[in-house]
Amino acid sequence: METLLILMLLPPLLGTMLNGILGRRFSQAMVSLVGCGASGLSMVFALLSAWVYSSSASQPAPFIHSYFTWIESGNLRADYALYYDRLTLVMTVTVTVVAFLIHLYSRGYMEQEGGYYRFFTYLNLFLFMMLTLVTAANYPLLFVGWEGVGLCSYLLIGFYFRRKSASDAGKKAFIVTRLGDAGFTVGVALLFWTFGSLNFQSVFGRITALPAGDMQSTLTAIGILLFLGAVGKSAQIPLYVWLPDAMEGPTPVSALIHAATMVTAGVYLVARSNPIYSHAPLALEVVAVVGCLTAFYAATIALTQNDLKRMLAYSTISQLGYMFIGCGVGVFAAGIFHLMTHAFFKSLLFLCAGSVMHALNGELDMRKMGGLRHKMKTTFLTFFIATLAISGLPGLSGFFSKDEILAGAYEGPLGHPWLYWLGTLTAGLTAFYMFRALFMTFFGASRMAPEVEHHVHESGSKMTVPLLVLALFSIVAGDVSWPKAFGGSEAFDRYLEPVFKTSEDFLQAYAHPGGHALASGALMMFTLVFVVVGILVAYWLYLKSTRLPALLAERFSWLYNILIHKYYVDEFYNWLVVRPLCTVSEKFLWQRVDVEAIDGVMVNGTGEEVAGVGNLLRRIQSGNIRSYASWVLLGATLWLVYVLWPR
Amino acid sequence: MVPLSHVLALSAVLFVIGAAGFVFRKNIITVFMCIELMLNAVNLAFIGFSRYLGNLDGQLFVFFVIVVAAAEAAVGLAIIIAVFRNRDSLNIEDLDSMKL
Amino acid sequence: MVVLFYIFAALAVVAAISVVAQRTPIYSALSLIVVLCSLAAVYLLLGAEFIAVIQVIVYAGAIMVLFVFVIMLLNAGREVPTHRSRIAKWLGAPLVAAFLAEVLLAVWKQFPAAGTRPAASLDAGPAAIGHLLFRNYVLPFEVTSILILVAILGAVVLAKKEF
Repeated sequence: METLLILMLLPPLLGTMLNGILGRRFSQAMVSLVGCGASGLSMVFALLSAWVYSSSASQPAPFIHSYFTWIESGNLRADYALYYDRLTLVMTVTVTVVAFLIHLYSRGYMEQEGGYYRFFTYLNLFLFMMLTLVTAANYPLLFVGWEGVGLCSYLLIGFYFRRKSASDAGKKAFIVTRLGDAGFTVGVALLFWTFGSLNFQSVFGRITALPAGDMQSTLTAIGILLFLGAVGKSAQIPLYVWLPDAMEGPTPVSALIHAATMVTAGVYLVARSNPIYSHAPLALEVVAVVGCLTAFYAATIALTQNDLKRMLAYSTISQLGYMFIGCGVGVFAAGIFHLMTHAFFKSLLFLCAGSVMHALNGELDMRKMGGLRHKMKTTFLTFFIATLAISGLPGLSGFFSKDEILAGAYEGPLGHPWLYWLGTLTAGLTAFYMFRALFMTFFGASRMAPEVEHHVHESGSKMTVPLLVLALFSIVAGDVSWPKAFGGSEAFDRYLEPVFKTSEDFLQAYAHPGGHALASGALMMFTLVFVVVGILVAYWLYLKSTRLPALLAERFSWLYNILIHKYYVDEFYNWLVVRPLCTVSEKFLWQRVDVEAIDGVMVNGTGEEVAGVGNLLRRIQSGNIRSYASWVLLGATLWLVYVLWPR
Repeated sequence: MVPLSHVLALSAVLFVIGAAGFVFRKNIITVFMCIELMLNAVNLAFIGFSRYLGNLDGQLFVFFVIVVAAAEAAVGLAIIIAVFRNRDSLNIEDLDSMKL
Repeated sequence: MVVLFYIFAALAVVAAISVVAQRTPIYSALSLIVVLCSLAAVYLLLGAEFIAVIQVIVYAGAIMVLFVFVIMLLNAGREVPTHRSRIAKWLGAPLVAAFLAEVLLAVWKQFPAAGTRPAASLDAGPAAIGHLLFRNYVLPFEVTSILILVAILGAVVLAKKEF
């Protein structure tokens, strides 16, 4: 088993090195062979590991293997150790499958883009780092993966580095997530200080042995700090501002990193640390509230976005909020379930957007699209399936996962009815904006520029095949967990029980008493109603009375402006953080400290002082022998005084 | 017999007179002579010690000092002549080309 | 006997002051000769016959003659007072006085007047000196001879009119 895990991690790393060092001389075919081959091998070994683990006798206990001692310093001992349990299984399979499909897609997408080998190098590196993150057995190794995916995100967002907006976006992503990482680091330090170890096994073991209420404040602090890291990485309020700008990167990057994998690292962190959170219900409430507010907030912004990819970015932020709601109310398995289904349909949505972009020669403004469903049948079909999934229509994967979360929000251990209602409203908004996008892009009269319209064509099979596969997953992935209300056994939840059950049971102690008014069937009905209403409104506004949106925008221009300027948050951050920082850097740190103090006083000043002293001392060398003689005599006199001084 | 301290006192006085001359006089040759005076003062001290310690080594030392003083005087005066030929002045305060 | 010492000592001091105080170099040179001869007498009184004679022959006889030759060659006249050294001007006198005081103090502390009697008289004749010179101090002797050679060469080269 331990070899299988290493075999899963190794191909992407080798692929990175091979493509990175020699890729410039490889042909495109060779580069993609190395890149996709590495990703494919990784997927194969991930599946093999899953199979071996599932059929091994010791499961559901986690498989932990330490390969070599990495850090050994005083009390801190962190090995290069991998931790494989059912949660890891779900994550690795999802990550490798989606990554492989996106690697295949990139073969077609990046053909004409330039920097082909560089792209696959970074993509493989990212895969390696992400797998390290989800298989780590201790926090330091997880952090290595965490930072690694952050690095790859920066490299890939700024892939078209000659474009200033792209490199700016890369920097923004890295810096904003850094703020979250600061919280993460402090949380890990606090964890170490409290428990003396950063090993999952030992820390979680000790926490679960604690009685309720013990160490609660410390664990709450740790929980909130770790969540801060998640807020940065998974783009929640207030550190979400980097994700929309990250759309500057190539579309496969947006699909892989900013939809399916990296941004879900925060959710994984919270889920993996569930023992900590189970003893810190306040932290979990913070998680749930932040997630819920973010979900709603991002959905409102997505309503008015005209750039297809940016709208999908806000949608991602919103869906990530859902996952945090799931973890926050104590139904961790539901959160992970939504992570998995979202990976499929969101990456599919992004890949379709890429396909449309390619066909329209780089156009992303939905106002300049329309009527594409005749010319791009496969793309349209898959996009439509994905839209249905994300809106949560019954039968598709998104329905199952989203509804489980909302049910948990209502009746879970830490659930509140208002979380449910806000989440349901957001679901309606989600349906609205997704169908808006669908209608604006694929239906109606064509608003494309004529020369663009000429060249519209369906993408090649290199790109459409992954689309179809992902569409399939978007449909069936939900079937792993048929909800009880439909007579199912919620198999997914059962499956992840060994990971989460202790925590979820523990949290029952904190559950609010008092009956829940609505049965789960009713909950589902309400959500469905909101969703359908959303779809109908979108239909009416964007298909039937297409002049209505513009009129509405004018009538409620104050609201519209706020939304389309994303609540002016970027401007606010600019004023609050960026401008003061730049001013301090320029006026103070550069001019005062560097130029004046360091250069002036320390460097030049020292030089001038020495020269000054030298100038002073030079007066002794007057060339006059009598002066010299006098000095000698003076010295001799003084020395005699010293010698003769009575002791 | 004469106490050692008196001999040494004489030596000290001669030495200080020589030093004073070295500091105050301006003619090179006079300064040179003051140097010789100082050397003689030291010679006296050596002879005094030699007498009071019963050791002949002190006198040997004086012998060498005289020899070296002779060599030094020869070369020093040659230098003075050369300097005089170039600068046409015997004032040591005029010889300040080693000034920084 | 002892009185002679003090007479010659006084003579030496007076002549030394004259060396320093005279304006004309030639008078300084003649005063120096007086100093050297009185010191030779003192050496004699202190039992260093050989050295006393050497002092007169070499020091007073050769070196001072050289000095006088040079003074006459260079036609050194009266000294013109110049004061370009500030430290010598202001600190010179006090420094010299302080120095004198210190040295005398040192001497007096180390060797209080009463109580130091000379050892048994030495044989300080040429034979004894020669014995020491060619046995214990033969190396300095040889080195000094090279030194004199170098000095001769140096003096000749430096004083030549042209090359």
